[in-house]
Amino acid sequence: MSEGQRQEGGGWPLWEVFVRSRRGLSHTHAGSLHAPDAEMALRNARDLYTRRAEGVSIWVVPSAAVTASSPDEKDPFFEPAADKAYRHPTFYAIPEGVKHL
Amino acid sequence: MTTTVTTAQADGHATADPHALAAAFDAAVADEVRIEPRDWMPDAYRDTLVRQMAQHAHSEIIGMQPEANWITRAPSLRRKAILMAKVQDEAGHGLYLYSATETLGVSRDDLLDKLHAGRQRYSSIFNYPTLTWADVGAIGWLVDGAAITNQVPLCRCSYGPYARAMVRICKEESFHQRQGYELLLALSRGTPEQHAMAQDAVNRWWWPSLMMFGPPDDESAHSAQSMAWRIKRHSNDELRRRFVDICVPQAEILGLTLPDPDLRWNEERGGYDHGPIDWAEFREVLRGNGPCNRERLERRRAAHESGAWVRQAAVAYAAKQREAGRAAGHGADQEAGA
Repeated sequence: MSEGQRQEGGGWPLWEVFVRSRRGLSHTHAGSLHAPDAEMALRNARDLYTRRAEGVSIWVVPSAAVTASSPDEKDPFFEPAADKAYRHPTFYAIPEGVKHL
Repeated sequence: MTTTVTTAQADGHATADPHALAAAFDAAVADEVRIEPRDWMPDAYRDTLVRQMAQHAHSEIIGMQPEANWITRAPSLRRKAILMAKVQDEAGHGLYLYSATETLGVSRDDLLDKLHAGRQRYSSIFNYPTLTWADVGAIGWLVDGAAITNQVPLCRCSYGPYARAMVRICKEESFHQRQGYELLLALSRGTPEQHAMAQDAVNRWWWPSLMMFGPPDDESAHSAQSMAWRIKRHSNDELRRRFVDICVPQAEILGLTLPDPDLRWNEERGGYDHGPIDWAEFREVLRGNGPCNRERLERRRAAHESGAWVRQAAVAYAAKQREAGRAAGHGADQEAGA
């Protein structure tokens, strides 16, 4: 189903909601909702996802604006990271007794 | 290729070998790997989830009605504020679940149309009336208690969006149950009339609450497959027994009795045995012949229809604002600022 079909909800497009739970933390995806415009999406997001002070800041993004990697490409797409153990500190053998390293 | 992250989108898999896809799906489920919207899944898995999640979403919003019935007549401002917060939570739970259901490739409008046409169900518990204020307490304690017993294992459901919605819902449900228990306790320890009212409410809600777990295991049509798919984790009877075991001591502290003369401790099993459930009543309510089936759906349809102009006005306003933005030389879609 294309994103175009998803916007039929009475003409209300779908929005993705990101909430910053407190200062110092990044916004994380909370869920999605329908709203006619960005302002209403923000208000609806406040009512839906922060009824118990779960957030100090909200982003709403039209779902149609999100570009995602395809699930089919998953393995080849992320494969370059799989065989590079030398990017992790545990790859390196250090003699016992070496401190602060 | 550009697709929305939360939309079921299976065409990317069309070229792959169906047997290999099915084997990979089964292996993922067996390994407790969560299935996400754009993963390949068997049609029957998708259909089962749509049916169950839609029914769950519908139950949340239809469930607002019996309790909202008492908002204007709550006995104190405190109780009124609590009840409004609870009913608002139920609306929120419905919205979490509708969003999660939409990730399976169905539209919100289609789900609501099916509810209004009686083609998708909601929990039959909401077809019982709320006759007295004590019913608000009995619903919180028993109906929400049964819902929690059902829903906690759903937090580990194999379908990611459903499991995530359930985590949020379960966090919020415990307030619902506690406020109901507290309300009943206040009545039970009140005047003899208040105590009798609390007992009457428990008498009426106890059996329908036990029916919320669904038919007995040997008659449950979808249970075995749902367990294999890790949508369900425990059988209907298992969850029902768990609920009964939790309620018996809670009722004792309330000073109220449960209306089951056969309820007794089973030493061997380490749990309570309950008397026979009237499944004929359950089937009748399911068939549409409960006390409030027609009223609930009519109310729901009327709310939807009388809200149509608001939805249309919001769309017209949004379009007008976009036009105004364009005329002023701004980008049409610059609303989504941080």
